[in-house]
Amino acid sequence: MNQVASVASYSSTNVSSSALRRHTLWDAVLRNATRTAAITVLLLLSGVIITLIDGSWLAFKTFGFGFLTTEKWNPVTEKFGALAPIYGTVVTSIIAMVIGIPISIGIAIFITELCPRALKRPISTAIELLAGIPSIIYGIWGLFVLAPFLQLHVQPLIISTFEGVPFLGSLFAGPPYGIGVFTAGIILSIMVLPYITSVTRDVFETVPPTLKESAYALGCTTWEVVNKIVLPFTRTGVIGGIMLGLGRALGETMAVTFVIGNAHRISGSLLAPGTTISATIANEFTEAESALYSSSLVALGLLLFVITFIVLACARLMLYRLQQKAGR
Amino acid sequence: MAAQNLQNLDMAMYNRRRVLNRAVMVLAWAAALSGIAVLAFILLTLLVRGVGGINLAVFTQTTPPPGSAGGLLNAIFGSVVMTMLGTVIGTPIGILAGTYMAEYGRASWLSTVVRFINDILLSAPSIVIGLFVYEVMVVTMGHFSAWAGGAALALLVLPVVVRTTEDMLLLVPDGLREAASSLGSPRWLVISKVCYRAARAGMLTGVLLAVARVTGETAPLLFTALNNQFMSTDMNAPMANLPVVIFQFALSPYPEWQKLAWTGALLITLTVLILNIVARTLSTSKTK
Repeated sequence: MNQVASVASYSSTNVSSSALRRHTLWDAVLRNATRTAAITVLLLLSGVIITLIDGSWLAFKTFGFGFLTTEKWNPVTEKFGALAPIYGTVVTSIIAMVIGIPISIGIAIFITELCPRALKRPISTAIELLAGIPSIIYGIWGLFVLAPFLQLHVQPLIISTFEGVPFLGSLFAGPPYGIGVFTAGIILSIMVLPYITSVTRDVFETVPPTLKESAYALGCTTWEVVNKIVLPFTRTGVIGGIMLGLGRALGETMAVTFVIGNAHRISGSLLAPGTTISATIANEFTEAESALYSSSLVALGLLLFVITFIVLACARLMLYRLQQKAGR
Repeated sequence: MAAQNLQNLDMAMYNRRRVLNRAVMVLAWAAALSGIAVLAFILLTLLVRGVGGINLAVFTQTTPPPGSAGGLLNAIFGSVVMTMLGTVIGTPIGILAGTYMAEYGRASWLSTVVRFINDILLSAPSIVIGLFVYEVMVVTMGHFSAWAGGAALALLVLPVVVRTTEDMLLLVPDGLREAASSLGSPRWLVISKVCYRAARAGMLTGVLLAVARVTGETAPLLFTALNNQFMSTDMNAPMANLPVVIFQFALSPYPEWQKLAWTGALLITLTVLILNIVARTLSTSKTK
């Protein structure tokens, strides 16, 4: 910046002093405007946090720490506890990760190692378009297409297969509702696919070709190259991508609201209806008449924000570290 | 004998490695195919269920009361208005912030922190943004409004634009900046006449992607713009918008409403996909 200023003043012998003043003015304007905008981004985040804390104050003051550990959610008697939504959020995200991670990594392996060159771009683009589809579309599709399909064909099969098996039997106990925690988890697993896949593919491509070629030259199979060379080399990045996907799954609202069934209880069976933090807020916020009710919902929002903030912050730190390593 | 054994052992191990490799590669193929299949399946369902409902009435009539036919005019209008409002507010701030990070304070603490915070905001749950705007605007003003809806969307446009602006400006070679400076251009001219021009296609891509992102956003509009059964151009009143109408109509028991929900879903998806594809072609054709 100083350099530029000195260059400008050096040439000022030829430039009229009013033109110089104009340039100095515009320089100051643009510099300060951009800095103000950057600070605005910071203020927004702090604004979000402060507002949520302020809004949830009443709920935390009334219920204390018990808010996090109580299952009861009764708008009539004004007793609110966040345990059922927290449980639903965690369980749906776990299902999404269990299904989504292997498939995403499989797609990334396919794109980087197996795919014919001509198909590479179209397939990458198609997967990334999945990320662009609005979540409400996944919701309506999940409710009208996926849920009936699971109810008629998949869930009866799961129920009869695991019937009588200890633990798994109660985890997959009937009846097949179609909608429920399990269906929400499946929808989420589809939704996190593109996020995990695109990060994983990008970090896979940072592996130096020499490393892979050396392993191939020693006689390694493709899987051995991926498993022993590519994955160890990119571990931080892959985990970062997974955390990014997890952040999405935890906060996803509309798709889940459509298919989870919105029941404020913790059920032993994954096939039963449940609720998540975001689905509860989406469903009930406009109906919350009393101050305590809406404060409890804002408290749920704060909880969700804190959880996703931690997950996303970890993801970003891991990806930054990998970028620095690759830049060196 | 020993050599024979060794050979057998080798073959067994070789076969095991080969089979394992084959199995994993088949799984990778299957994963890729299932990803594509799901995308195709979703699009196909949308087409089959939505295309039948597309007619002139969709674009000329407002949302109907339960049990009768109608269109989506007020919802489409509201979506366009609020998306434009969000883009108009979010884009300039985003471009300025991105400019600061790429041009003025590349390594400063402010840029590092803003970059980190912005990346978090980029993937933060949009419903939380809705709650924030509700507390700040709806509670203060005392009613739901299109202004609040637009503000919520602006908060979602912002991080996308910041991110792409910074990335694209960083791609501009420093040699260009130095050349312009050495000719005596002040910094603001270097940025506006050299850097912005070089990065224009990429920055436009960022804005298009941001618009595509907020086009289908539902959660932040649920309790900011709410919904409106009637055509309304009053920015101070609740305004209908496609995503919330789809949400409400899809979950209703009325077949007419459900049909309109599918049509709306098709319209939104087509808009988003077209925006995405235009953005992509723009960025690839210019970088070549």
